[in-house]
Amino acid sequence: MGILLVLVAAAAVAALWLVGIFNGLVGLRNAVRNAWSQIDVQLKRRHDLIPNLVETVGGYAKHERETLDAVVRARQQAIQVSDSVVDKAQAENLLSQTLRSLFAVAEAYPDLKANQNFLGLQEELTSTENKISFARQYYNDSAMTYNNKTEMFPSNLVAGLFRFERAEFFEVEEPAERKVPQVRFS
Amino acid sequence: MWELIRANRRRTALLVGLLAALLLVVGWSVGEVVAPGAGAGGLVVALLLWAGMTAAAWFAGDRLLLAASRARRICKADHPVLWNVVEEMCIAAGLSRMPEVYIIDEAAPNAFATGRSPERSAVAVTAGLLERLDRDELQGVVAHELGHIKNRDVLYMTMAGVMLGAVVLLADLGRRALWHGPAMRRTSSRRGGGSEAALWLLGLALAVLAPILARLMYLALSRRREYLADACAALYTRYPEGLASALETIAGHREPLWAANRATAPLYIVNPLGADAAGRSAWTRTHPPTAERARILRSLAGGTLSLERYDDAFRRVTQRPVGIVPRGARRAPELEPVAARTAHPDVRSHPTRVRELTDALWRAQGYDFLPCACGATLKVPPARAGEALACPRCATTLRAPAASSPA
Repeated sequence: MGILLVLVAAAAVAALWLVGIFNGLVGLRNAVRNAWSQIDVQLKRRHDLIPNLVETVGGYAKHERETLDAVVRARQQAIQVSDSVVDKAQAENLLSQTLRSLFAVAEAYPDLKANQNFLGLQEELTSTENKISFARQYYNDSAMTYNNKTEMFPSNLVAGLFRFERAEFFEVEEPAERKVPQVRFS
Repeated sequence: MWELIRANRRRTALLVGLLAALLLVVGWSVGEVVAPGAGAGGLVVALLLWAGMTAAAWFAGDRLLLAASRARRICKADHPVLWNVVEEMCIAAGLSRMPEVYIIDEAAPNAFATGRSPERSAVAVTAGLLERLDRDELQGVVAHELGHIKNRDVLYMTMAGVMLGAVVLLADLGRRALWHGPAMRRTSSRRGGGSEAALWLLGLALAVLAPILARLMYLALSRRREYLADACAALYTRYPEGLASALETIAGHREPLWAANRATAPLYIVNPLGADAAGRSAWTRTHPPTAERARILRSLAGGTLSLERYDDAFRRVTQRPVGIVPRGARRAPELEPVAARTAHPDVRSHPTRVRELTDALWRAQGYDFLPCACGATLKVPPARAGEALACPRCATTLRAPAASSPA
C-alpha cells in the first residue's frame, strides 16, 4: 500500500513536470509566432507607404526613372515572395537597399526636401525601418530562447516527442547592412 | 526578460512586506499610546488607512499624477516623431499595448512613466526634452521608461510609496498622541510609572524612526529600479550611448521642473529637484548619480549586450560587491549591439525640432491648423472651430473645420 502510494505520487509529480515543460514550449512558440506577425505588420506598412513616396518623388525628380522603377520592382517582388522566413528576409533587404538609394537621390532636389508631404513620408519610412529592425530583433531573441529550449535537456525530449520545430532567424544578408541596421535617411 | 520580471517581483514583495510590517508595528503602538490595550484598534486604523490609500492609487493614481504634472495627452498627428519613437520601443520591448503619450509643457528636460500595468500605462516627456534631445537620445529615454513599465516598476513603486505615506501619517499621528494624549498626562501625573515611561520613550523613538526607516527602504528600492531600467533600455535600443548622452544632457541642465515635488520626484528619469549635486549622501538619493549611470552605460559599448554585462559594469564602476541584477535573471543570452550610428545622424535640425514641438503643444491644447493657399498657416483656437476666418496675410476667407474630437 505504502509503495503504491509512493509510486502514484512519483508518477503524478513526473506528469506535472512534463505538463510544465510542454506548456512552457507552447508559450515560447506562440511568442515567436506573435513576434513574426509584428514584423509582418511593419513590412506591410512599408509596402503601403511606397506608392505614395514614389509618386511624390516622381513629381519633383522626373529624371530618376531608373531609381524609382527599381523601388517599384523591389516592392512588387517583396509582396509576391513566399511566406518562408529566409525568402522574405532576402526580398525585404533588397527593398531596403533600393529605398536607401532613392532617398540618396532625393538629396539633389532642394524643393523635394522642403515638401511637407515628403518630410512626413520620410519620417514614416524612417520609423517603419526602425520598427522592422526592432521587430526583427525581438523576433530573433524570441526564436533564440525558443530554440534553446527545444534543444536543451530535458525539454528537448518533450520537444522531440511533440514535434516542436526550430524557428528560423530573420537574418540580414550583407555584411554592410549588419553594420548599420538602423536606417536614417538623410 | 521574464526571469528579470519574476525576480523583480520577489525582491519587491520582500521590501513591500517589510514596509507592511513596519506599518503594522507603528499602527499597533499608536493604538497602545492613545489608549493602553487599544493596540488592535490601532492595527485596524493602520490597515484601513493603507487600504484606502492603495485603492485611490490603484484606481486613480496615474490620472492624479498626470493631472498634477499638467501633462497633456497627444495623438500621432500632434508629434509624429515622439509617437513613432514610443511605438518603436514598444516593439523592441515586446509590449502588447502601446502606452498613452503625454507632453508636459516645461522647459526642464525630463520624463516619467506611470500606470498600474502594461495594459494601462502612460509615458510623459517634457517639452524641454523634445527640444534638446536628438532621436537616438529620445529613444534611449523612452526605452528607459518602457523598461519601468515592462518590469512592473510603476505598480511596485506606487504601492511602496503608498505604504511610506501611511507610515509617515501614522507616525505623525503617534507623535501628536504622545505629546497631547492620555499617556502623556498619565505619565506626568503619576510620576512613578517606570514601565509606562519606558513604553512612552519606546513609542516616541518608534514614531521618530519609523518614517525615516520607511523612507530609506523606499529610496533603496527607487535607486535599484533606475539602474535596472537603464539596463533594459540598453537591451531594447542595443545602443547604450543614446541613453548615456541623454542622461548627461538632462543632468547638465539646471532649470527646475515646476510640476515636480518631493512626492513625484522619484518617478522621473533624473531627479527633477536637482538633488543630483554633491552634498546628498548615497542613502538619501531618489536616483543614482547621473554621471555614474552614464559611465556604466558607456562601458557597455563595443561588446555584446546582456543583463550580466550590465551587472559587471555596475560593479566595476560603483565598486560595490553586490550587483543590481537578480541572480535568476543573469543568465540571459548575449545580444548583438548595433554599431555607432554616426553614419545616419538625426537629420532634424534644432529649429525643426522646436517647430514640431510648438505645433504639438498647440494641437494638444485643441488648436487646429488651417493652411491657406498663400502659404500661411492659421492656428484656430477651439472656440472658433467651424467659423469663417480671414487669412491675416492675403485676407482670403477660410472656413475652419468643425471641432475635431480632442486627443
